[in-house]
Amino acid sequence: MSKNIIFCGVGGQGTVLASKLTAAAAMKENKHVMTAETIGMAQRGGSVFSHMKIGEAASPLIGEKEADLIVSFEPGETVRQLKFLKEDGTVVTSIRPVQPVSAMIGLAAYDSDAMIHYLKKHVKHLILVDADKALKDLGNTKVMNMVLLGAAVSSGEAGVELKDVEEALHERLPEPLWEVNEKALQYMKSQ
Amino acid sequence: MHTEFLMGNEAMALGALAAGVNVAAGYPGTPSTEILETIAKRNPGDVYVEWSVNEKSGMEVAAGAAISGARALVTMKQVGLNVASDPLMSLEYIGVKGGMVIVVADDPGPISSQTEQDTRTFGMFSKVPVFDPSSVQEAYEMIQEAFDFSEKYHTPVFFRPTTRVDHGYESIEIKDPGEYRKITPEGFVKDPSKWVIFPRLSVKNHALIEKRNQELTAVLSKYERNLVVPAAGRYQDGCRMGIATNGISFSYVMDAAGENHPAIFRVATPFPFPEEKAVAFLKGLDEVLCIEELDPVIERALIFLCGKYGLSVRIFGKMTGSVKTSGENTVDSVKADMARFLGEPEKKEDACEDMPALPVRPPVLCAGCPHRASFYAVKQAMKGKKTLFAGDIGCYTLGNAHPLDMTDTCLCMGAGITMAQGVVHVEPDTKAFAFIGDSTFFASGITGTINAFYNQADITVVILDNSTTAMTGHQPHPGTGRTIMGDIVEAVSIENVLRGIGLKTVVTLDPLDLDKAVPEIRQIADEPGTKAIIFRSPCIVKYRPHSGKSHVDSDQCIGCRKCINELGCPALVLDGKKASIDASQCTGCALCEQVCPVGAISGGGHNE
Repeated sequence: MSKNIIFCGVGGQGTVLASKLTAAAAMKENKHVMTAETIGMAQRGGSVFSHMKIGEAASPLIGEKEADLIVSFEPGETVRQLKFLKEDGTVVTSIRPVQPVSAMIGLAAYDSDAMIHYLKKHVKHLILVDADKALKDLGNTKVMNMVLLGAAVSSGEAGVELKDVEEALHERLPEPLWEVNEKALQYMKSQ
Repeated sequence: MHTEFLMGNEAMALGALAAGVNVAAGYPGTPSTEILETIAKRNPGDVYVEWSVNEKSGMEVAAGAAISGARALVTMKQVGLNVASDPLMSLEYIGVKGGMVIVVADDPGPISSQTEQDTRTFGMFSKVPVFDPSSVQEAYEMIQEAFDFSEKYHTPVFFRPTTRVDHGYESIEIKDPGEYRKITPEGFVKDPSKWVIFPRLSVKNHALIEKRNQELTAVLSKYERNLVVPAAGRYQDGCRMGIATNGISFSYVMDAAGENHPAIFRVATPFPFPEEKAVAFLKGLDEVLCIEELDPVIERALIFLCGKYGLSVRIFGKMTGSVKTSGENTVDSVKADMARFLGEPEKKEDACEDMPALPVRPPVLCAGCPHRASFYAVKQAMKGKKTLFAGDIGCYTLGNAHPLDMTDTCLCMGAGITMAQGVVHVEPDTKAFAFIGDSTFFASGITGTINAFYNQADITVVILDNSTTAMTGHQPHPGTGRTIMGDIVEAVSIENVLRGIGLKTVVTLDPLDLDKAVPEIRQIADEPGTKAIIFRSPCIVKYRPHSGKSHVDSDQCIGCRKCINELGCPALVLDGKKASIDASQCTGCALCEQVCPVGAISGGGHNE
């Protein structure tokens, strides 16, 4: 079954690893995978995204209302990508805002509560992740991407199996990091 | 064969290795950089790889290897080709012996470039054949074909991916190292009648090139990647419309087409244009829509062929206003273009009137970036003076953003130093500073500095030396003393280069020490002639500092926001009415500690 997934956030948040693990997991099931992502200047604190198509497709870019799933590291970025979501698509998003520097010096205000409100109104299948709480519970500040990915995979909409994601994780990360990352992948299931 | 999940640039590199490339050179530039890095990383051991000092050097190194019978690769981004165009134009006239592929990554949008120039047009101008891949898998296979083609016709060839192919990933089938071709170069054979360009040789070869390129229009009509996808579904019978496309747009067209579409002509070699194939496609059609990014290359070629062969087909595209004339295509833009052309109902956009204003996120200098300190120091030193701050190409172009606002001009690599001279010749009372990075200085800043010194221009050249090529992902350069292959070599000293030119004032400063830097800058700015300041402090992404992190004592903070309003550091945030530091971003550069008027910030590593 083919799946269109968007990973998004702000440069430096670790969206790339989440996207890579999903691709590796899909390939373990012999599925064809394509992605298109932001690289270069935009990575410096800018909006970043990765479009992923699992299954047969000619191009990696997802069109409007074609995404089955959005996995977002930042609520404002979730809203930015929302036009790509299918009517009955699923959104997994962190609720913690990352304020742009321009907002700090008073050039552009950003109301993150309004983003969450908008998402609740427009998304049928919305999974909100309290990243601050999750990272505190897990005692590690660097595994937000795994918490979000775990929630996405558990929703069944990522088109990959958790065991394949874990296997991919083992291939990419050194053994001492496995346990905390696996716990992070399972975190939202236990909530 | 095995399957790997590869970036387009990685796929091109592995394709070149599979084709038996012997020598690979290039200069970093988004979206092309990862090609050469992958050649270095996956080098089976016998490939010579170098980061050249600039694209012209890379082109000439590759040309030398190719006329020695080696298979040569040179990589660059589209504006890099401008720098390398001098050797290229002449190289086409003398030709090559070993296959030579010039990968030029175009950047529709543009996403990270100054221009939206089209290398297909450059192919026509330089008479160099162009290969235009549509996907990662195809890029892998096509670059191998491009090497064979180059060798067969003794011409360098362009391989021209765009950003979405360069930076797209795909799980693709590739060869194992054991299946790579092995090329043993014959070596350079002296023959001045062949390798020394003189007008007599040019006259002879120009005629041969024109003849060959015309013959290639027939040869390339048989190239299976120039293809016509027959009409399908409800368009199968009697439809007299067609779509002509190329590159990533072809992939968008195929995704958008679904089961019902008219005939689709995909052009893989825009120059020489596959004429016979195109004429076969045009015959029987009344109207054709061209969907391509950048220049209307296919559109012009089809209009030309309609004239040449007396075909009565209307060609629509950018020149008829049927599609947008600039910017990147997307799946959605292509869908809309096709629907309009075919008279199908267009999907209506849902009005999202209640959507809240989205955060604006222009790229910014990283927290702790030494460039911020350099710009701030010069800004402080020059307060109230008539100034010009000429910028250049690199991370430090981001010095244009508020609140720093320290980039008055930016044109192309190296232009800041020379443009500043033009400004002071018009307005001699201006204190002109030309900011340039270390890698950019080596690439194209040295000539401009000599020009300033020779012509006695009163400017201050400011070299922002962070010991790496940061913007494109931290490539080594001549000043780092390391090569792409990891060899340790003698580093080129920027100070020695400047003193060698003749500059008397060459001062190296630590930008993170404001108290010392600001008065020095003031003094140097007042000296006549060409002077240089080198701000030396390593890139914090490449060389993570081990200093403590700064923190704000909220009891002492008076909430004046000076740190936030003057530095624009992403780690400095407002917590209620007081400043606060995001510890996960702070690198402890301590610049804010030096800016705080009441000494409320401490803990950073620099001045301890």
